[in-house]
Amino acid sequence: MKHQAWAGALALLLGLSATAATAETALVDVLRASFKPKNQATLERLDQDRTQQACSTGRPVSGEAAVQIIMDSRDTIRDPADGRYLGDWKAGEIVAQNGRGKQYSDDPAEPSGGNCYACHQLAQAEVAYGTIGPSLMHYGKLRGRDAAILKYTWGKIYNAQAFMPCSLMPRFGHQQILDEQQMRDVMAYLFDPESPVNQ
Amino acid sequence: MIRITGALWLGSALAVAALTVGAQAPDPVAEYREMLGDDNPAVFWELRGEELWKTPRGPKRADLSGCDLGLGKGVIAGAYAQLPRFFADTGRVQDLESRIVHCIETLQGIPAAETLKVRFGNGDDYRSEMEALTAYVVAASRGHTMAVPFSHPQEKAAYELGRKIFFYRAGPHDFSCSTCHGTSGKRIRLQQMPNLTDAQDARAAYTGWPAYRISQGELRTMEWRLNDCFRQQRMPDLVYGSEVAIALTMFLAKSADGGTLDAPGLKR
Repeated sequence: MKHQAWAGALALLLGLSATAATAETALVDVLRASFKPKNQATLERLDQDRTQQACSTGRPVSGEAAVQIIMDSRDTIRDPADGRYLGDWKAGEIVAQNGRGKQYSDDPAEPSGGNCYACHQLAQAEVAYGTIGPSLMHYGKLRGRDAAILKYTWGKIYNAQAFMPCSLMPRFGHQQILDEQQMRDVMAYLFDPESPVNQ
Repeated sequence: MIRITGALWLGSALAVAALTVGAQAPDPVAEYREMLGDDNPAVFWELRGEELWKTPRGPKRADLSGCDLGLGKGVIAGAYAQLPRFFADTGRVQDLESRIVHCIETLQGIPAAETLKVRFGNGDDYRSEMEALTAYVVAASRGHTMAVPFSHPQEKAAYELGRKIFFYRAGPHDFSCSTCHGTSGKRIRLQQMPNLTDAQDARAAYTGWPAYRISQGELRTMEWRLNDCFRQQRMPDLVYGSEVAIALTMFLAKSADGGTLDAPGLKR
């Protein structure tokens, strides 16, 4: 009896997920038929990974779906090979200011920017900042720079989904938008006492 | 001349805005608008569009007065306020722009590929007929209330598809439309982002498009607006008049129902 109930529930679950999968396939096919590849922007960009799919419902994510995103994302984070988290804040500022990269109108030979200022306040002197993300002004000054906060911040830049499921922030390390040295430089921009972020 | 002056003026106004944003942020576009009064350079596109509309062209030597934009042959007043919509003759939902392309093809005998050789102009001598024709038709709906038809199943399906696309996250940056347009009161750098899931914001945003873009010196249509949003989302090139373009326009237009059209508008 108990087994039957389980079997029934399982069949229902499988049935539902099969339906959902079909609907998603149809959507991606519609998308593929409505776009043309252009320069570096290929049609593969229309495909979704599991996290992107879970974050496309138009509703807040919760429960098991949220846990799944955190589990999937945590595994992707790679700490810097030499254990060095901090680079050059001046180079980091350039990355934070640069909004180019990965668009079909961008030169793929040029390094991508992090475009941090599109969404975050950082240095007090830079007034052209966006508000989609929280203010990061005085980031290092407020938090110090012990091993735990360095590791956390690195992970957050690498793959923000590991800490906040369906965060709006791009996964700069996981999606290879920024390379390891660029991320070190952005880290320095956040933590270095000399950085304008901490003035 | 208007274009050059406008771009320079806006440039210095933006510089002033950047300096003073900490205090009371002035809106340089609003100031530019005030300076122009009721004038909008879009009028040059409207006039060129009217001439194109009324001039016999193509292998069939016909003008576009026989074009049915949903309110009957030749009726353009108020037509844009009720688009996109389902058209029985094509058996599908069309936005204004794909409908105009269809009219040019069937009435004048000019293939769509020919019309769309220049989808978007460059603000100079590289001109798009579509931008002019769209401006002309849209201007005839100024003051009309958005009332997008929603009785045909295909209209409902297009809206539903458009809604899904709006929230669809993909690409190297995981962006969707809702990343920037899903929350109220947010900015990117200094640019305010309308929350297109909010009726009031959706109306204000939609009813100002198409628009003369001061920074580009060009009249931009809704197809351009969506295409350029997807470029910034790191997506490939949105096909003009495609199912996705029309469905997303349907979602946005329907969300703007009840708003009063004031387009072609004037944008940064």
